Amino acid sequence: MITFIPRDKVSKNWLIIAPILSIVFTIFFGLLIFTFLGYNPVETLYQIFVSPFSRIDRISDILVKACPLIIIGTGLMLCFKSNVWNIGAEGQFIMGALLAGFIALSFPNIETKFFLLITIIAGFVGGALWAFIPAILKTKLNVNEILVSLMLVYVAMLFIDFIVRGPLRDPMSFGFPLSKPYPEGALINKIPFPGIGFLGQLHYGIFFVFLLIPLSWIFVNKTLSGFKINVLGSAPQAAKFAGFKQDSITITVLLLSGGLAGVAGVIEVSANIGQLQPEVSFGYGFTAIIVAFLGRLNPVGILFAGIIIATVKLGADNAQMTMGIPKVVTGLFEGILLFFLLTGETLQKYKVKWSKGKK
Amino acid sequence: MEALILTIIATSIPLLLAATGELIAEKSGVLNLGVEGMMLSGAVGALGAVLWLENPYYGIIAGALSGIFMASIFSVFTINFMTNQVATGLGLTIFATGLTGLAGAPLVGKTIPSLPKIEIYLLSDVPLIGSIFFKQDFVAYLSIAIIIFISFFLKYLKSGIILRAVGDDHQSAHSVGYPVKKIRWYATCFGGMCAGIGGAYIPLVLTPHWSEGMTAGRGWIALALVVFASWIPWRIIVGALIFGGITIAQLVGQARGWPIPSQLLSMMPYIATIFALTMISGRLTKNNSVVPSSLGKPFFDNK
Repeated sequence: MITFIPRDKVSKNWLIIAPILSIVFTIFFGLLIFTFLGYNPVETLYQIFVSPFSRIDRISDILVKACPLIIIGTGLMLCFKSNVWNIGAEGQFIMGALLAGFIALSFPNIETKFFLLITIIAGFVGGALWAFIPAILKTKLNVNEILVSLMLVYVAMLFIDFIVRGPLRDPMSFGFPLSKPYPEGALINKIPFPGIGFLGQLHYGIFFVFLLIPLSWIFVNKTLSGFKINVLGSAPQAAKFAGFKQDSITITVLLLSGGLAGVAGVIEVSANIGQLQPEVSFGYGFTAIIVAFLGRLNPVGILFAGIIIATVKLGADNAQMTMGIPKVVTGLFEGILLFFLLTGETLQKYKVKWSKGKK
Repeated sequence: MEALILTIIATSIPLLLAATGELIAEKSGVLNLGVEGMMLSGAVGALGAVLWLENPYYGIIAGALSGIFMASIFSVFTINFMTNQVATGLGLTIFATGLTGLAGAPLVGKTIPSLPKIEIYLLSDVPLIGSIFFKQDFVAYLSIAIIIFISFFLKYLKSGIILRAVGDDHQSAHSVGYPVKKIRWYATCFGGMCAGIGGAYIPLVLTPHWSEGMTAGRGWIALALVVFASWIPWRIIVGALIFGGITIAQLVGQARGWPIPSQLLSMMPYIATIFALTMISGRLTKNNSVVPSSLGKPFFDNK
């Protein structure tokens, strides 16, 4: 029989141990399930966790894949910290990409890279506007933001599908649902390395991540707004007594996280696709939820978490190609990982006591 | 017309079942956002069982068991390990999407026989009413029976009142001596069973083959239905029929070539959900007594 005893202080050790243990447990259970379903566990493990590191261009692809996850995850961190459950980042990503794409396609001859600033701002606005719907409904009418933000994901998916099959379809696309290619000024280039050329798909967009991580760290730890977000999440009563306006915090975090998801959408499309198509996301918005939790709602943690999860995603792609395992299998790992991470949070607050017999 | 009504009913049954199950879980204080995941596993479980045992009725049982299995994972973490219910529920849906994708891969392209209709002697011959009410499949009858039972259970049975007490104030319920955790376990598993059967209904009646994520957000709409029904069982029937109607309306619209792009028509159920939530939630703030007070809060017994 296991019983929990509250700790006096949150255990610092568990802050570090819990994510590591969670990953170990996740791999163990993942293997168990693979074996049970008749796949070779060693081969699967190799494909998912090792093969992404097997070549240098693959390693750089991990960074490319981690880029949107980290950007969205950082935004979600702000929401989850203040107990606002935005699970519609996928939709905000799409709407950001779409608005930026609309701007980019409106200037077909632009070449200066300064134009990227405008598309990125457009992406931020697009994502933020989409997040504004749950924000305003939540604060004004007390509508559950989880359900609204999620419903808007489906709406956004259908909307971009409609746009690229209809108004923005390239007449030269031979019937494919694709927009015209972006102008040069709206594209994010790959980084050339002297003597090597390009490393996989590695592009300048990752500099945004290097900028975002320190900025968000400062925002969370050194500004009054960041402080309010922390207090609201960890001690809602104290926040109330201190007179923090819960509604304005809710709106702020939703707008910021929606905006960041939108920016991630712009970077993803501008760097890797170069035009609009019905599917621009591949579930980044949902995966970023796991990234935010694995990173312990901390910017630096999210950086590492993004890289770890991106590795698994790429590994799953490899496993699909070589072993025919469906790509959605990453969900299996992500789900189990989240379960154990959350259990880790309990263990931070409670000591476990084993006692023999029943009660 | 008759065919249309029958399709609307068939479309609303998965929502009806899943929402009813979730209602019971929420009444006991457990907010399980994994409904979508439990429905998916019910669907894949049912498909697998019917392909294996070649009898659609085993699909219902398999769906129920798959749903219970998923719900018990949720219960272990949220009830025993006291994890955050919102995050765990999300995790359950993500987990189930992956697991069902993996388990469903070998089933792709295979079709199963659909659930037979049961005609009730003589009554099924009454024009219109007969075929709508007395010529349905087993699950349709079952879901109505469950709703009636649930309404009765929550209002008149002692166990139902205890369940509500646990959901409204778990500390008091605990100090009076009710086993809070055990009751929540049962309620969550009942929710899983209903969601599982609801999920099973999709391949058994609506689309007889597997495709990844085939529940297409029904689990989330079911969650919204519970709010829409303000936690009152019979209102779920109304809500589910409205959503079934909207879903079918957009399909009919697409088939008849309404001059609206199909994607915009397909958005209707989701937009309607947001709309419905908005209409209801404003009223709920004024009258908070219908929302179980301990909903979503982990229970810690100091033993």
